[in-house]
Amino acid sequence: MEQEGAIGIEHFLILAGIVFTIGVFGIFLNRKNVIVILMSIELMLLAVNINFVAFSAYLDDMAGQVFTMFILTVAAAEAAIGLAILVVFFRNKGSIEVDDISSLRG
Amino acid sequence: MIDFDITPLLPELLLSISAMALLIIGVIRGNHSTVILCWLACAAFAIAACIVLRMPWESHAVLNNMFVIDEFAAFFKILILMGLIASLALSVEYIYLERMARFEYPVLIMLAGVGMLLMVSANNLLSLYMALELQSLSLYILAAFQRSSIKSAEAAIKYFILGALSSGMLLFGISLIYGFTGSIDFNIIRETLSQAQAHSPGVTIGLAFLLAGLAFKISAVPFHMWTPDVYQGAPTSVTAFFAMVPKIAAMGLLLRVLMFTFSPVSGDWMQIVSFLSVASMIVGAFAAIAQDNIKRLIAYSSIGNMGYALIGVVAATPEGAGAVILYLFIYMMMTAGVFAVILCMRREGMMVSQISDLSGLSKNRPVLAYAMAALMFSMSGIPPLAGFFGKLFIFLAAVQQGLFPLVILGVLSSVVSAYYYLRIIKVMFFDEAGEPFDPGMSFEKRAVLFVSVLFILGFIVKPNLVVNSAMSAAKSLSSSNSSDVRSLVD
Repeated sequence: MEQEGAIGIEHFLILAGIVFTIGVFGIFLNRKNVIVILMSIELMLLAVNINFVAFSAYLDDMAGQVFTMFILTVAAAEAAIGLAILVVFFRNKGSIEVDDISSLRG
Repeated sequence: MIDFDITPLLPELLLSISAMALLIIGVIRGNHSTVILCWLACAAFAIAACIVLRMPWESHAVLNNMFVIDEFAAFFKILILMGLIASLALSVEYIYLERMARFEYPVLIMLAGVGMLLMVSANNLLSLYMALELQSLSLYILAAFQRSSIKSAEAAIKYFILGALSSGMLLFGISLIYGFTGSIDFNIIRETLSQAQAHSPGVTIGLAFLLAGLAFKISAVPFHMWTPDVYQGAPTSVTAFFAMVPKIAAMGLLLRVLMFTFSPVSGDWMQIVSFLSVASMIVGAFAAIAQDNIKRLIAYSSIGNMGYALIGVVAATPEGAGAVILYLFIYMMMTAGVFAVILCMRREGMMVSQISDLSGLSKNRPVLAYAMAALMFSMSGIPPLAGFFGKLFIFLAAVQQGLFPLVILGVLSSVVSAYYYLRIIKVMFFDEAGEPFDPGMSFEKRAVLFVSVLFILGFIVKPNLVVNSAMSAAKSLSSSNSSDVRSLVD
């Protein structure tokens, strides 16, 4: 079955690793907008899902796919709460720029 | 393999059902009913604690090994429920004074409580993740609870972003652990790791990510950045809750993951945890010196205290785990008292939180000042008080394992941190008296302060009461559910 150029588990892991890294960098390098941070968080969780599904197929074990379903659900709840907090912040401050989140320091 | 024995879940079930019931009452009766809901929630916590006390504590896993109850989990559940009762009781007056008395407050604390109870019983990476998220999502909302305050909203945004980042890392670690051990069940992971001659680096990397995620939840350095900002910005009653309860649950989870599941690869995590411990102690001691806001000071103090507790984790013995449990218990009792005092710091109906605001407290409110002085002496570890024994047992467990560098650093940083605890006493007793605080102290605050001070003063009279139960709870951890592994492998 093993043929030249076939897609194996390592390709999925590398893809997930790259997507996860993009997500993490998106959180730290972005200085513009909090919405972009929420997107980066979503990206991280999706990278984890790729990992889980790939491992699940590789190990021939259902647990990974079940875990993915749970992550998708929690990610939706997390995004809802993140946006709600963002709305509260916007009402007080009138801006959602990352640089404006700076009144607490010391 | 259908396993629907739900009797060990009774406390969690009770709390989740009553959270929904309280929500319905709140929707029907509106925000006037907040005070009733708070006391109903406290009653539910108390009943849940009674159920935990009455249930059999021998190690027992249900729901296809997703959920385990043993002496360790039961002891942590009682600690968490005590903390929940104390922090909710401290909140009642505050949320009215700050005009944020909405009926969601007790409901959110209750849901966070359910998450924490499930966390210490998690026996599977999936139940670990779900419990952790249930707790975290409730905490994000609580941090933003004072909707009109920009500080509160900002604290919540910081907490949310860094919390989501940490759960992303935790999940990435979980996915690697799943891939390289082939299971998400703690027992099977442990079996796999102890059989493998040379385990793959994938597990080690996964464990490092998992630890990073958990270190965030207990605010160990270098994952502590959120703590001072969130403690300062969140409403003070929520800060009291954050300081007392969630860290206990996260520490319980960390203990189970490291000392049960990953005990076969203890060499891998010991270095990471000792680094977290040393860094937390040093940052906690030195960064707190420069603070003038008492909530920020408590944040750094809690970072330092988690560093001491982690020394007991590095020792990786039942004595070490027992010392951690004892330390957390004593720390929770002290923090409850400290926040009972901080919540009294109001002038003309406004909350004040600078350390200099405490000046001359001994003249205006002598009882409060002496109680705070006792708490601060205990925090800095002065001998006859409870805080000393917490540190003593941690260092003892570490010395037995020959961890001298950690112990020496721990003692040195506790000397440094004594400076800022004693500074508060100096401000209260020797500085020029400032304007007095608003008079009066509610019954709940008096009760919490009284119990807390009584505990730290009276601990020396009967230390065995707490020490023995903490130690036997820790023993049940390393021996837990070895019988279930066999039934699962068959």
